[in-house]
Amino acid sequence: MRVRLLQVAHARSGDKGDTANIGLIALKPEFYPVILKEVTAERVKRHFKGICQGDVERFELPNLVALNFLLRRALGGGGTLSLRTDAQGKTLSAALLRMMIDVPDELADLLER
Amino acid sequence: MSISGKSVRIASGQGFWGDWLEAPVRQVEVGPIDYLVMDYLAEVTMSILQKQRNRDPSQGYARDFVPLLGRILPLCVEKGVRVIANAGGVNPLSCRDAVLETAQAAGLAGQVRIGVITGDDLMERLDDLLSQGVELRNMDTGEPLTMVRDRIQSANAYLGAGPIIAALERGAEVVIAGRTTDTALTYAPMMFEHAWPADDWDKIAAGVVAGHINECGAQATGGNTGVDWQSIDYSDIGYPIIESHADGQFIVTKHEALGGRVTVPTVSEQLLYEMGDPAEYITPDCTADFRTIQLEQEAVDRVRVFGVRGAPPTEMLKVSVSYLAGYKAVGTMTYSWPDALEKARAADRTIRARLERLGLGFAEVHTEYLGAGACHGPLAGPLPPDLPEVELRIGVKHSERPPVDRFTREIAALILAGPPTATGFAGGRPRVQEMVAYWPALVPKKQIEPRVSVEVA
Repeated sequence: MRVRLLQVAHARSGDKGDTANIGLIALKPEFYPVILKEVTAERVKRHFKGICQGDVERFELPNLVALNFLLRRALGGGGTLSLRTDAQGKTLSAALLRMMIDVPDELADLLER
Repeated sequence: MSISGKSVRIASGQGFWGDWLEAPVRQVEVGPIDYLVMDYLAEVTMSILQKQRNRDPSQGYARDFVPLLGRILPLCVEKGVRVIANAGGVNPLSCRDAVLETAQAAGLAGQVRIGVITGDDLMERLDDLLSQGVELRNMDTGEPLTMVRDRIQSANAYLGAGPIIAALERGAEVVIAGRTTDTALTYAPMMFEHAWPADDWDKIAAGVVAGHINECGAQATGGNTGVDWQSIDYSDIGYPIIESHADGQFIVTKHEALGGRVTVPTVSEQLLYEMGDPAEYITPDCTADFRTIQLEQEAVDRVRVFGVRGAPPTEMLKVSVSYLAGYKAVGTMTYSWPDALEKARAADRTIRARLERLGLGFAEVHTEYLGAGACHGPLAGPLPPDLPEVELRIGVKHSERPPVDRFTREIAALILAGPPTATGFAGGRPRVQEMVAYWPALVPKKQIEPRVSVEVA
């Protein structure tokens, strides 16, 4: 079953210089293996084509059923230097949740939104 | 002063300079707390404060802090609430003097001790450090500091819990720091109250996690959460309170009477905010492993945090240097239906052609169309056919001020000499802003000697 990441996870993003971070958290523990498999660093790099100019690194936090992504050169120079509206990458969390992913059919009943 | 079975309540009152002014007042008024901690310093804040100090040597601290203490200090003294804040900015001593004056004016003479921490400011020591071979290379790029030496506006080492604990030991009811780490504001009182040894890495790491939860104010209690945000009452949102226990466990909660929400999702979101490598969250006092944090919804609006593991810190302290990197300005103009987006695009072409003819040589010209995919770009997908309005937002950067100033004159010219239905220009010409860049570096700990002084109001 193909769903938006928004249906299985929530997220928060922030900045450190020109690097954005996105914390992605499974809405239910059952969804953690799904995001672990589907939301790879390569996939996120492709997703943010044109926004993220550098590499994407992924860290796993199974204790929080979460993944942390670092998107380098993603903020147009960084908070104080950027000319963008979203100079601190505050909306990149929502942008990640637009991603379409595959979820096993047996988890369909757990989808809420 | 170990408290077993009993907890210490450490309340967050401010997540940055500009945060909700009523939050710290509500924390003190509405329920019992032992400490009120407030974070005022973002990276860019230090350079703003340095500029204020250059203009007036008595300034350079978070000015809001002084009238705030005028409001809350009498109640803090009555309730025994101690206040810890990095409001001192680049001038902690002047901040202390202003607070002493305010305490006296509030009738608290002789009743309150004000502690102040200095030693983080490296502005006057930079050449000395460089000559000693401390290169202060940029942690991201590896470049030596000499590249930007003549443009530096501020330079501060991030101090840890040591000096805050020293001030508390000397009885300070108010502790004013300059550049401490945001997390130390919270874990210093935990270490002090529970008398944790400075090498009890797991407990200090738990304190660091508590500090990370507290440091962005309401972002841990429902602010900015993506989960069921529609049901949150933001208007009187409760800021986080850490109930710290001697064994390192703590509860994240808020005053029951206030709005907001404390759940595993709201706390998890804040834990991941501005996170780098979760295995190595480096502070001056320990290295915390965020992969060991366990969360449990113990009761409504109460999340238990346990299991945190830590390791020794490094021999270095982080240094935040800011330097002038040129000038920028951003202008906007709104266009209505019909063809709003096309009009905004035509206006953009118009400005760019006019700038081109002037030959000003900008380092960057950046255009966005608000309402038509400015935040998420191509990820937003196809736009609705004819938008009711679109805001053109165009910005430029230059190493010199005059070309940027010239750019600011080009926006209003669109009103009569551009595409139809231009509006929304009542704010006048865009403001030219100095661009302050941030230079992260490291300094050996042995180079930094924090000083603590405590005075009675």
